[in-house]
Amino acid sequence: MRINQSSPNRKISAYGAPQRPLQGGFELYSWYFFRFSGILLIGFVVVHLLIMHVANDVHCTAYDFVAIRYANPYWRLFDWMMLMLALFHGLNGLRIVIDDYVRPYTWRLVAQSGVWLLALTFFWLGTIAILTFHAVPNPGSPCVAHPLG
Amino acid sequence: MDRGQVGRWSLLGYRILGLGIYRGQSGQWSWFLHRLSGLGILAFLLVHIIDISLLELGPTYYNDAISIFSTPGIRAASLILIAAVMYHVFNGLRIIAIDFWPSGVRYQQQMWIAAMALAILCFIGMGIFVIGPIFGFFTPGVGPLVFM
Repeated sequence: MRINQSSPNRKISAYGAPQRPLQGGFELYSWYFFRFSGILLIGFVVVHLLIMHVANDVHCTAYDFVAIRYANPYWRLFDWMMLMLALFHGLNGLRIVIDDYVRPYTWRLVAQSGVWLLALTFFWLGTIAILTFHAVPNPGSPCVAHPLG
Repeated sequence: MDRGQVGRWSLLGYRILGLGIYRGQSGQWSWFLHRLSGLGILAFLLVHIIDISLLELGPTYYNDAISIFSTPGIRAASLILIAAVMYHVFNGLRIIAIDFWPSGVRYQQQMWIAAMALAILCFIGMGIFVIGPIFGFFTPGVGPLVFM
């Protein structure tokens, strides 16, 4: 079995599952975060997909649909939690992929800085979109009547 | 396998497929697909955050932008995303089982087959609803309020 010798605190087993980092620290928390957020995300994403693609259709999930949904703050909370878990689960994955493939120190620094920049930008973009959404009257809607007319 | 033996396939084999990172058994492909699907889902997630951030610009811009998602081409392309999500979900559960269930490693290959089967099953179930409207099935509608 060959393992990633360049980062002794992060190994992959022969069965395709990353082994729990033995030295603790950030990599151990990252390892646990992947599993914890992954389990939660399954629940969030299944509900999200059933709502957006089975109970409704993407043709109808337009502005007015969002307006009705986001009148309920719990849906905002649901979406925000899902978005944050997915964003940091995904970017943590990207961080590890970069560590695996980008070996020169300078390029790795540039790439990892890019990951943190992406994290900041998209955390901000997503949070603003979900928390500050304020419905305005909309003349035409593909499927639903707008609550504000 | 060292770099020299990999030769001209070094980029694809050595780096991307992970042949130089470790030479796994059947798990190598489960690992590769998990990574590939994960990166694909992340790419979509970033696009998705950008499109929901257009809500700030009001209904005209937002509806114009997201109407792209209900065009036949993008509906078909969404199938790739659904497949990636389904694989990532079930193989992710398999990885957690390998990590926390003492006998998990012994059944990793069976679990991979099970994960694949469940992913394909759920992909078909979900995919029908996504591309149905192209062919006139499951015509666009809105569910009861409780599903919004």
